[in-house]
Amino acid sequence: MPIVLRCHPGIGPAVEGEALVAEDNFSARYDLDRKQGVFSRPAHKLHGQSYRDRILVLNTAKGGVASAWMLREMKQSGVTPLAFLFNSVNTILAQGAAFGEVTMVDRFDCPDVTREVRTGDRLRVDPAAGEVTILNRD
Amino acid sequence: MRLDEETEAMLAGSQGPVRRWAAEHQVVVGRFFDAEDLVPVGQAHIMADTEATGPTGVAFMEELARAPLAERRVRIPTITDPRGVDFKAYERLKQTEEMVGLEARLIKAFEALGVMMTNTCINYQTILPPVKGEHLAFGDTGVVIYSNSVLGARSNFEGGPSALAAALTGKTPRYGYHLDRHRVGTLHFELKRRPRDLSEWGALGGIVGRRTDGYWRVPVITGLDRAPNSDELKHFGAAAASFGSVALFHMPGVTPEAPDLASAFGGRPAPKAEAITDADFEAFYETYAARGDKVDVVVFSAPQLSLLEMEMVAGLVDGRAVHPETTLIAITSPEIKGAADRMGFTHRIEASGGIVLEGVCFYQSYAREMAEANGWSRLLTNSAKLVNIIGGYGYKPTLASMERCVDCAVAGRIL
Repeated sequence: MPIVLRCHPGIGPAVEGEALVAEDNFSARYDLDRKQGVFSRPAHKLHGQSYRDRILVLNTAKGGVASAWMLREMKQSGVTPLAFLFNSVNTILAQGAAFGEVTMVDRFDCPDVTREVRTGDRLRVDPAAGEVTILNRD
Repeated sequence: MRLDEETEAMLAGSQGPVRRWAAEHQVVVGRFFDAEDLVPVGQAHIMADTEATGPTGVAFMEELARAPLAERRVRIPTITDPRGVDFKAYERLKQTEEMVGLEARLIKAFEALGVMMTNTCINYQTILPPVKGEHLAFGDTGVVIYSNSVLGARSNFEGGPSALAAALTGKTPRYGYHLDRHRVGTLHFELKRRPRDLSEWGALGGIVGRRTDGYWRVPVITGLDRAPNSDELKHFGAAAASFGSVALFHMPGVTPEAPDLASAFGGRPAPKAEAITDADFEAFYETYAARGDKVDVVVFSAPQLSLLEMEMVAGLVDGRAVHPETTLIAITSPEIKGAADRMGFTHRIEASGGIVLEGVCFYQSYAREMAEANGWSRLLTNSAKLVNIIGGYGYKPTLASMERCVDCAVAGRIL
């Protein structure tokens, strides 16, 4: 039986892909080189890693009001994560996901989703059901 | 989520694709945050400088602007946050024609929707101050924290698209700071050292913001010996929001929802206070210290300056000359710029070699590109909010009082 994690119903379409996990936070404005599709802030735990088409699993979202516009810009450029999983997300990035039609879920039943999922895990994210399935482990 | 008839009609598309987009966006956001319904709002304030929107955001706005007038007009008074370019000054700052072109297209699209281009983050001082209990859809985090805390109004941090959606429907999802249960204090800080100038009010906001660290937490600050003025609370709030995502604070005896300590915590006993001391202020300033360094640019901005701050800058630069290798910039709103022109403050600042900008804010104005074009690195400011943000754009920031900032601008280095 694959492992199923339950969360609050989220935003965007259901997707399936590979996880990129860190016990760190996320700011679209300050952490990323959005042209290259890599984490560019040296202090970030995913520094140098490509986020393109990966399912990012992080603690929380940071950053000001400007980031509401940025997920849509990233999605349209094609250089974008496939989905976002957070322990908790701030209002601005959730609004940005709604605007950009980007898959995003948070508020898991488990205390820390960044400890449940490992980098490289194959995940199915179903925002409408509030479910994330780890397909490669049981 | 309960939806009223009008919203259902918008979702069904009977009021056109623009309002259908807005209603759909609000339902997605509202469900995500478990909103029970939508609440009518009195004003919307949109953060949409072109650096944030990017070209795809501009194209999105232009598409809305092509709809028939009745389908695209905003339903409530809607105003804007600072823009990326001051058309009267962009050449002096080495901003490009491309930036100007993008900004002009976006302004045209907003105007087609009936949005008022106020281009300000101090609308609560200069346009129409919110009122206690008034529900709003405000953008800029500094505007939201001031409106919620100092004025007792009710808004979440609304990103540009969400504030725009509220403008088009006249409502916003009722979650977060629209609800009584989120407006109760959760942390208690007691001042053992009181701020002495605007920069220290910002530093205090930074200290409280770092320790609060979260949108859903509400700090309560005690130990004041007087009511702060609007500019002091402006710097405090903007920094608390920037350093900690804080959207609401209470100061018992000062802010309207906290006549006393007990009411700040919703009638529950106040938690034990964390002290804020001299050492906290010293450590905060020390993070940004750079004595002896050459100063490339001195910035008074973030938030935009009030008329009183413009007068203070003018008074400090009178009869002095900014160092030829240092740029001094003072930024205010278009309304205050008019008053500053009329009262001679603009002339006095520019006579010393300073630059006065209107309708922009330093970090929203292509700060990285300006740094590269002008060779700027070391930045000095009295804004704690700005020192927090601007490091992300490749600057080395230092925080000092307005008086010391001007002294350093004249000397060309950090004294």
